[in-house]
Amino acid sequence: MKYAYYPGCSLEVNSAAYDVSVRAVADLLGVKLMELDDWNCCGATEYFSQNELTACSVIARNLALVDSQYDQLVAPCAACYLNLAKVDNLMTEHPDMNRQVNECLAAGGLKYEPGSVRVRHILDVIYSDIGEAAVRDKVVKPLAGLKIAPYYGCQVVRPLKGVDDTEYPTKMDELFAWLGAEVVDFPAKAHCCGGHMTQISDAQSFELIRRLLQNAEDSEADMILCMCPMCQLNLDAYQSRVNNYFNLNFKIPIVFFTQMVGIAFGIDPKSLGFGKELVSAMPVLQAKLNGKMVMA
Amino acid sequence: MAHVTAIKKGTFLEQVVSTTPNGERLLHCMQCGSCGGSCPSGGDMEYTPRAIFAMIQTGEREAVLAANTQWACVSCYFCTTRCPQNIPITDIMYALKRIAIAEGTARNTDAPALAKTFTDLVDKYGRSFELGLATRYYMLNRPLALLRMGPMGAQMFTRGRMSLTPTKIKKIDQLQAIIKKAKELSGKK
Repeated sequence: MKYAYYPGCSLEVNSAAYDVSVRAVADLLGVKLMELDDWNCCGATEYFSQNELTACSVIARNLALVDSQYDQLVAPCAACYLNLAKVDNLMTEHPDMNRQVNECLAAGGLKYEPGSVRVRHILDVIYSDIGEAAVRDKVVKPLAGLKIAPYYGCQVVRPLKGVDDTEYPTKMDELFAWLGAEVVDFPAKAHCCGGHMTQISDAQSFELIRRLLQNAEDSEADMILCMCPMCQLNLDAYQSRVNNYFNLNFKIPIVFFTQMVGIAFGIDPKSLGFGKELVSAMPVLQAKLNGKMVMA
Repeated sequence: MAHVTAIKKGTFLEQVVSTTPNGERLLHCMQCGSCGGSCPSGGDMEYTPRAIFAMIQTGEREAVLAANTQWACVSCYFCTTRCPQNIPITDIMYALKRIAIAEGTARNTDAPALAKTFTDLVDKYGRSFELGLATRYYMLNRPLALLRMGPMGAQMFTRGRMSLTPTKIKKIDQLQAIIKKAKELSGKK
């Protein structure tokens, strides 16, 4: 199985743990991810707030760069995933948008035929394309005894339908059941982390983060698993500020789901990017996984 | 649909509808309030989307563009997937942001400054640059908040999660030509 791969800006530095763990897990599962040459930023939500045609054209450049030998593009970041898939949809459904975006691409000597690249999220690839039998086959260190809260966030499960349930997704739940983990009931699993609001309003964003951390704590989860860099950043890096703001004392490790898939597959924590999270995951891993977890 | 009144040219309603893909769905709003009830930021909004849609239809242009509703939106799309009338609510919020930014009517929010700083960096390098974004945006807009960000920034840095230098794509000229064209074409509209 081979896919074109769009890491996105967050995965270059601040969420490098996601990038290295995606690559390590994909490699072990025999999935070939070929990084898109010279990809550019998807613009997150920021171009859409200013100029729609610019937003779509900046995103479409990446779709146009996909080599013709690939018909699928994998993006691990929720914002990148949605932007790429959304622009492909917009161009497919609105001929006028297709014409205008291609007029912009032409200024850079590029062209994109809507529908020629199928945009996929890495969770869906592992769940649907690889599947249960092949995943179970790679498990060497079952996650027995570990309680995980699967956090899906917004932009992979909404607004585009078809990846998972838009209200109560379950693919990550099932994946971690295959890996032997105890998946807790986490009603806030598809609620919002606030996205870029942490940069704008403490009052508004910290309350959204508090609700998620509280919900995970109420579910007695040992850790929250993310599938989006913005979610991980908001819940992890802002956790101490949220504690200060509300006079609370959360200490919940927040890691990417692929990091824990890698642990179950026996990959050493260091090469999965463990140690980059601000609330360390190592005490939980050591306590819950038979004390065998050591940083190489 | 036959029962929908034709949209008058030159109205605020026409402006919002024509700049949102599938924006004409707005005419089907039946004021059920599913949007505001689904919104994680509904409690922070002066008017929930339901109220904003009524105001757009009655031409309350200034009040809509000065409202905090579109700036409180976190793009979670709960309203969009739950709307029984398939109104692209989040996309209408983006359209309102665009109109408010273009006309300079955004009030009491740093969101336009964040958006501009972010895209200026992408225009220049082709990739986002977090340290550049943080320093420029916070220095110019939220200098006091920068102090509170300090310890977190330091931790991000020591864990190798913050780069001191931006990454520039190879064909930045190509991206800039595309962006220039997009700005030209949208300016003509």
